[in-house]
Amino acid sequence: MILTVDTLTKRFEMHVLDGATVVGLDGVSVNVRDGEFLAVVGPSGSGKSSLLKCLYQTYEVSSGSIRYHPADVDLATCDDRTIMRLRGSEIGYTSQFLDEIPRVSAVDVVARPLVESGMPAESARERARDLLSELGLPGPLFEAYPATFSGGERQRVNLAQALAPRPRLLLLDEPTSALDPETRRLAVDLIRADLGPETTVVGVFHNHEMVEALADRVLVLGDGRRRDLLPVAEFEGVVA
Amino acid sequence: MTVLSGTGLTRLYGDPCGDCESLTGDDAGRNRCPACGTIVACADVSLDIERGEVLGVVGESGSGKSSLAELLALERGEGHSRGSVRFDGYEGNLLESDYDTRTRLRNDDLALVHQHIRDGLTLSFSGGGNVAEKPLAAGERSFEAVRERVRSLFEQLEVPVDRMDDPAETYSGGMQRRVQLARALVTDPAVVVLDEPTTGLDVSVQARVLDTFRRVQRERGVAAVVVSHDLGVVRLLADRTLVMRHGRVVERGLTDRILEDPHHAYTQQLINSTL
Ligand SMILES: Nc1ncnc2c1ncn2[C@@H]1O[C@H](COP(=O)(O)OP(=O)(O)OP(=O)(O)O)[C@@H](O)[C@H]1O
Ligand SMILES: [Mg+2]
Ligand SMILES: [Zn+2]
Repeated sequence: MILTVDTLTKRFEMHVLDGATVVGLDGVSVNVRDGEFLAVVGPSGSGKSSLLKCLYQTYEVSSGSIRYHPADVDLATCDDRTIMRLRGSEIGYTSQFLDEIPRVSAVDVVARPLVESGMPAESARERARDLLSELGLPGPLFEAYPATFSGGERQRVNLAQALAPRPRLLLLDEPTSALDPETRRLAVDLIRADLGPETTVVGVFHNHEMVEALADRVLVLGDGRRRDLLPVAEFEGVVA
Repeated sequence: MTVLSGTGLTRLYGDPCGDCESLTGDDAGRNRCPACGTIVACADVSLDIERGEVLGVVGESGSGKSSLAELLALERGEGHSRGSVRFDGYEGNLLESDYDTRTRLRNDDLALVHQHIRDGLTLSFSGGGNVAEKPLAAGERSFEAVRERVRSLFEQLEVPVDRMDDPAETYSGGMQRRVQLARALVTDPAVVVLDEPTTGLDVSVQARVLDTFRRVQRERGVAAVVVSHDLGVVRLLADRTLVMRHGRVVERGLTDRILEDPHHAYTQQLINSTL
């Protein structure tokens, strides 16, 4: 087990709306196994992104706990520096949008987190180039600035950046939403080939083919609650 | 390991009546004492910074950010200051330290980058001279060694080295800002305090200067306090952020948490108004 999520609740108090409260997650419990690929599915607004952001602590949890076993801490209550340390060394997160850095080439965008965690620049760039070519990014774009890229090209850079450090726990929020079917297949092949059993993934996907190709188990959310948790083989036919 | 910490940092401008702090702040909705007119620029702010960490301070104009930055950088400024500042390797409360200790700290270990370029640079001097002046004043003897250090900092910060001997007034705003950063970094301080690092820069230049700073900050492992009214600046640079209003810290946390899940009414308003 890598994570034990226990009755996780996230409420947003919106002062601008006279203190109206929005419920993002409502008492979600789930165990995440070491090395598994857990897909999170559910309709829009069902709490998928909120769950990932609570795990990454971009959202502060309202109640409940998130036991992260490798470091033996509750992510929901540990201090900011512990979170910073874990983010720097073993917990990765990526949304569907690339965080632009002005005038930094695609290869360097992908290599940067590796360099920042101490890898020599040339090895980091080599790994970056490998990942980008596996994702079918055209060679001439490697040294260009992603600001000028199409949505799908940018998302390939984003996904490569997320995969590059091979974190122990990887949180992916719709990392392939802008890819065409063929590139999605490349992404599936790459994720399967590149991430070994040392990496556990919790990933939000809208596309059921992606879920079936990648997931071991599927967490189904609805209205901020856990609706189901099932092995991927039983998932076919479930309408999210 | 904590390198810089502040406890109960307070700065008042005026002739305080004794009730100034209880009559001002976030709940009172003002920073000017209604009884005596004293401005409570910042009150009871505590924070600590570890080696290599970047702390952001955001808030609207007049919320007390610069007063806090000055206290942390041990700038006397005007007004009544209270509280304590501690720095790794130095004894006691540095707000009460003698002139020599303060000078030593500010030459070797702690640098303030002023909001206005003209407060930080002598524009009629060469860019290189502005930077070299600091280690030379701190007692460095070898002019060649200093020049070499300036040259390599210019390279790191992407200031054209062949312009090193030109007067700083002939540089673009972005270059002047980079020279200011070089001047702050040249003595290898453990902490730099940046007050509004994008002031006076075109939007197109801002992101580039900030990104350069971020890279150099990480490469050198220098800690920083970055004060800005601009959430974008803090988003790019800071690991953790304090939100100030009416001289008080109203919210603090991981920067992405502050931006995506703001709790305090004021922070929510600040973020909504920039979207
Ligand atoms: N930062 C926030 N502030 C206020 N409310 C939020 C915030 N983030 C999410 N919510 C609310 O929480 C609920 C769950 O949203 P969430 O984004 O987690 O859904 P989702 O399943 O990821 O949806 P989608 O499939 O559309 O991405 C929604 O009602 C949403 O409006
Ligand atoms: Mg979502
Ligand atoms: Zn008063």
